[in-house]
Amino acid sequence: MIWAFDLITLIFLVITAIISLQTKDLLSAAMIFGVYSFLMCLLWAGMAAVDVAFTESAVGAGVSAVFLIATVLRTTRRSSD
Amino acid sequence: MKSFALIAVVLTGWLLLSAVSDFPDWGDTESPANDYRLSQHYITETFPETSVPNMVTAVLADYRGYDTMFETVVIFVAGIAIMSILRRKPLDHLKDKGKETRTYKKDPDLIIDTTCRLMIPIIQLFALYVVAHGHHSPGGGFQGGVIFGASFILLALSRDLQAAQRWVPEKRVLNLAGIGILIYSGFGFACMLLGSNFLDYEILHKIMPATPIEARSHSMLGVEIGVAFTCTAIMFSIYSNLASNGDMKETL
Amino acid sequence: MELLEALSAKFNYWIYVIIMMIGLYAMISKNNLVKKLIGMSIFQTAIILFYVSIGVKEGDTIPILYHDQVHPSHGDSHHEADTGHGEDHHPSHEEIVANLHIEPDDFANPLPHVLMLTAIVVGVATLGVGLALTQKIYRDFGSIEENEILESIKSAK
Repeated sequence: MIWAFDLITLIFLVITAIISLQTKDLLSAAMIFGVYSFLMCLLWAGMAAVDVAFTESAVGAGVSAVFLIATVLRTTRRSSD
Repeated sequence: MKSFALIAVVLTGWLLLSAVSDFPDWGDTESPANDYRLSQHYITETFPETSVPNMVTAVLADYRGYDTMFETVVIFVAGIAIMSILRRKPLDHLKDKGKETRTYKKDPDLIIDTTCRLMIPIIQLFALYVVAHGHHSPGGGFQGGVIFGASFILLALSRDLQAAQRWVPEKRVLNLAGIGILIYSGFGFACMLLGSNFLDYEILHKIMPATPIEARSHSMLGVEIGVAFTCTAIMFSIYSNLASNGDMKETL
Repeated sequence: MELLEALSAKFNYWIYVIIMMIGLYAMISKNNLVKKLIGMSIFQTAIILFYVSIGVKEGDTIPILYHDQVHPSHGDSHHEADTGHGEDHHPSHEEIVANLHIEPDDFANPLPHVLMLTAIVVGVATLGVGLALTQKIYRDFGSIEENEILESIKSAK
């Protein structure tokens, strides 16, 4: 594990988490949540947890982002906070 | 509410951060979690006992077989729950009966349509590889099943839901999900019938052309296939319910 | 550099606490139901990050045995070289195991990985149930904002 890579990914992780919770547009919140999941997947791949990273890239970044987008398009896109 | 939340979060965070200094250093080989003999046993004895090089899959499907089996049941129950929450008859179907209810998009986009038609078989082939090769490389039933389900989701996104449901209609989805759990528990009950414990695959060498150690490896593959069936079916079922708001008619 | 190395020894744990608190704050204080669910997912991944961080060893590799360890006949000198070019000598499982030397500290701890692999899949199942409930609420109340739903429940009474 390269600690510099680890550090940068962790900082980006916190930034994407905050942005995805702060945007008023729910569609972009769902997309940035996908980015967050993919960064998390990179981090775990770096920590030698390849199976966990593989699952996260398929489930977290792929399918759950699609579920969120489906719900946002079926309900409303604007959020008050 | 916000100030209350902030106070609660800051208190909990302070409590957890003050505990961080007691944690072992990152990457410490002598930490209790890494030094415990169960983990050591999994690392050193997995290949001699099961002839599976991927320890994670071996522990997932063999040593902790119960855990994974009921994990699969959890996914199944979640799919059923979503169906029972959202599923309803299409609204305009009640209004004008006898009309053709299948609604395709007027003209599917040529580039998206062609790209997805080329990509979907490759995605499915890769998913099958992930399932079949799960005990030699990263992968397994969960990942392969989710990727296979994602290929149907891609079909439904690029055309519409009916196009995907030609391949996996709702009834077949539920059957597949049930079959997955039946395959998994069938391996367990086969072990019991042959006189061993539930999910103790070693005994299956009596009905398999394999040595007892290879029987564990082959049974793991069978179990992963069961998991993949359930994952595929439930992922597509969740998507089709969420994307059509339960009436299985309109798409995104 | 020395300072950064010392800092990185516990850095993962700090970040896990921070991400977890971001998720918890979103779950409590956000008004929008989808935002609450995103917060829940962030909370889950923070816990998974914690577990995976526990299983890391210094200088480890992925918890899968090398191909050379499992198939020693290919290019390894454990077996004598008098087998011809055309025929492949396939050693039995017992022979491979007898020549196998696994150092536990060379491989990452597989146990946290297994526990968390199933947690991720259950996480997407719970997220799906939550989103289904959100859609049902929207169908009944016409809103996914918490205060508007509470108001319409009050005015209906």
